[in-house]
Amino acid sequence: MRLAIVQFGGSNCDYDVEYVLTKIIGIDASIVWYKERLNGYDGVVIPGGFSYGDYLRAGAIAARTEIMQDVRKMAAAGKPILGICNGFQILTESGLLPGALMLNNYPKFICTRTYLRVENDQTPFTNRFNKGDVIQIPIAHMEGNYYTDKSTLQELNAGNLIALRYTDPMGEVRANANPNGSVENIAGILNQRGNVLGLMPHPERASEEILGSKDGLKIFKSMIDYAEKIAAPNQ
Amino acid sequence: MKYIVDITVQLKDGMRDPEASTLQRSLEQIGFKTHKLTLAKKFHVTIDAESEDAAEEQGRAMCERLLANPVIHNYTITVVRK
Repeated sequence: MRLAIVQFGGSNCDYDVEYVLTKIIGIDASIVWYKERLNGYDGVVIPGGFSYGDYLRAGAIAARTEIMQDVRKMAAAGKPILGICNGFQILTESGLLPGALMLNNYPKFICTRTYLRVENDQTPFTNRFNKGDVIQIPIAHMEGNYYTDKSTLQELNAGNLIALRYTDPMGEVRANANPNGSVENIAGILNQRGNVLGLMPHPERASEEILGSKDGLKIFKSMIDYAEKIAAPNQ
Repeated sequence: MKYIVDITVQLKDGMRDPEASTLQRSLEQIGFKTHKLTLAKKFHVTIDAESEDAAEEQGRAMCERLLANPVIHNYTITVVRK
């Protein structure tokens, strides 16, 4: 089982994700430059950063690179794809996830800890949690304001595709716990099939005790469990 | 033939734009009362095309595939022969 971390010009959380996967968890994962191909991987992490300087729209240019065709194929094959922050923006821009990430409601860069409620624990990325768990993972973004039209929002709710919501420390969805203006406090969503997750918070920044939270580790470990199952279905 | 394709991309009507409202407030502070203020991105693209219609079609394809995000944007295109 091997995971790829896709690196674009301007990715900057690539090495953090690699560190968490290879040094803290101890699995086989490698950084793949966007001009290379994704052969022989069982899952993909698209890390955060400012790919292509956020030119045009955050994630717009990276979404249209060739390596994203490989990501698309892997998603279609049911492999887990995790997009963090800029990775989430790239996934919406590429159409792998619905909606768009717009300028924060209060238009500045926010870097802070946030509380999140696990809305669905039956996904490849959250099955090490229980539904309703309140976890702490930091955000760091300027375009994290999740928007989608009403009918897509209904589909997301009906399909249980909203994985994480911003809440207060008690797990209540409140307006003042919404850091960026996202519709319905959405912090992370899944595709219809459930094998693609995009989220604005950075799990790699909450994967060691010294960082104040290890909650992010469970997201990676859930993903790894799933990727291992897919890679060796008979074991 | 060479054409200049003028493309304007802006947020759909009624969508909240914090940058635009900040500018509106800022204008008010220096004495300009405004009813509405919207921002748009403008692209001037010079291309070869067989006709004005073909040039517009290319501009539309550029919007659909990269310049605009259909989830949040509208766009308008005007074509001028160079």
